[in-house]
Amino acid sequence: MTRALGLVESLTQSCRRHAERVAVRDPETHTTITYGELAETSDRLRDRLVHVGVRPGDRVGLHLRKSVDSIIAILGVLKTGAAYVPVDPEAPASRAAFILDDCSVRVVITDADLAPRLDGALAEFGVAPAILRLPDADTSTRIRAALVAAQEADAAPVTADASPDVDDLAYILYTSGSTGRPKGVRLTHRAAASFIGWCRDEFSPSRDDVFSSHAPLHFDLSIHDVFVPLVGGARLVVIGEDLGRDPLRLAEAIAAESISVWYSTPSILNLLALYGRLDRHDHSALRLVLFAGEVFPIPQLRRLKEHWPHPRYYNLYGPTETNVCTYFEIPETIPADRTEPFPIGRMCPPLRGRVVDGEGGPVERGREGELLVSGPGVMDGYWNLPEQDARAFSRDAEGERWYRTGDLVVEDEQSNYVFHGRRDRMVKRHGYRIELGEIEAGLASHPAVREVAVVAVAGPDHGVRIKACLAVEGDSRPSIIALKQFSVERLPRYMVPDTFEFLEALPRTSTDKIDYQSLVADG
Amino acid sequence: MGDEMRVVKEYILETFLQGEAPENLTPTTELIRSGILDSLATLDLVAFIEGKFDIELEAHDVAAENLGTLESIERLVRRKLSQR
Repeated sequence: MTRALGLVESLTQSCRRHAERVAVRDPETHTTITYGELAETSDRLRDRLVHVGVRPGDRVGLHLRKSVDSIIAILGVLKTGAAYVPVDPEAPASRAAFILDDCSVRVVITDADLAPRLDGALAEFGVAPAILRLPDADTSTRIRAALVAAQEADAAPVTADASPDVDDLAYILYTSGSTGRPKGVRLTHRAAASFIGWCRDEFSPSRDDVFSSHAPLHFDLSIHDVFVPLVGGARLVVIGEDLGRDPLRLAEAIAAESISVWYSTPSILNLLALYGRLDRHDHSALRLVLFAGEVFPIPQLRRLKEHWPHPRYYNLYGPTETNVCTYFEIPETIPADRTEPFPIGRMCPPLRGRVVDGEGGPVERGREGELLVSGPGVMDGYWNLPEQDARAFSRDAEGERWYRTGDLVVEDEQSNYVFHGRRDRMVKRHGYRIELGEIEAGLASHPAVREVAVVAVAGPDHGVRIKACLAVEGDSRPSIIALKQFSVERLPRYMVPDTFEFLEALPRTSTDKIDYQSLVADG
Repeated sequence: MGDEMRVVKEYILETFLQGEAPENLTPTTELIRSGILDSLATLDLVAFIEGKFDIELEAHDVAAENLGTLESIERLVRRKLSQR
């Protein structure tokens, strides 16, 4: 049973067993590597990383676009016993630098063309981790070229794989933080193995499956996409950022690569159904469509199923802190009168859930409460944020630790959880998790802005629109275009507000707090 | 400013730049790099252009060099119209 093995052992064993089979493929560059090549190249990366000082327990940053190399890099880092920290290569470099400094990475592996921007941003933080640059090239694996060049300059001796303890960190995934700073979610080898084991039990992947890897590597969806195929000898098709948001080419790639397991946010699936011209392609290889990250509105899901009636569909739910913790299989036929989104479903064993009221007491079935999750898949805590850890967890009478998801749910009569909303100011937009406070902190640094409040208002099709309400200094009202430009230079693109509203002053409640309710009500 | 550009400009102002003074959106304003259009907004814009001008944009048309400014969008639309 795979679950008894550590993640690194599972991966190396799979590489040995499937040496001749294709492990990873990038349809855009037509780069393909076998499991044998994956093992060999990630071994050499391990040697190089150890040579430059990486030790078990360290962190290594990955500032890489999606590519075959980015997958090799993940394995190479894990083999050293360090944790990998994927940062968004599309976000402003200052955000990447903050993250890399926050968890004090020993080494950063970056695409060479992204390096100058990153170097500058790291210098502003006064940190200088070792940088491994992957050269610009279209074809063969660039990591190999970088390693060969490094080896010629300064030979790294062959080392052995580390054998991390289940309590050691495997990766740190940074998510939006309400104070304006991203926060690192620490996830152990135990958490990874627990989640991968559940996926294998539930979806029974075979080595003939072809998995899409659509999500960015800093998203928890990528844990499924990368590890479930690789521990089982299946093929991983890595989908780059540009291809990933282009429904026309994406639909072509799903057909050409014979993808059998697809996993993404509903937003992307909706784009495929709307703009992908799916009827022009043969997608008969698809057997499983998994979606997570946000609600899938029923009309959109219905439209997708009309194009793709044959696969099984699963709604997966869970914050980065637990990865997937509940699941629900969508019925083959969606009843014609159904308008409510499907439930988030039941707990994924061995995780356990409970619903509590504001005081932490149990609520009856059918009543709304906050979902708590306990078990081996739950995060260790946040990186270096003990106060947030204290708020994130509660302990029951038996001393068991429960993660407070902040999600309000109701357990229905079939024992499925139904999502009702959030108890705080976190929103999901196109599957991205956003703390509105992070956008406020970004806008507050604008010289003309005196006060700012950011709210989420209902958008079309159950989506949300981000509205920034600003009180500005004097008559110096900046243009909307300038504000969008200012935002995109400081925040990830998905956090740029949709609309801006200018007010004399922000509305206040009787206790002098910002009256968010009235800002939302204004639409 | 040609008719094609005027139509697209109005759409972008109404849909993605509510409240903006029209004169701030010029033929050379960066639409993608400036954060006005994200990838989803770009697809909405493509659907609008296809419907409005009754043309079909291919995958390779939907690129930043064609959709990056009002000027480049106008060039793209005119090229497509002339190929009809």
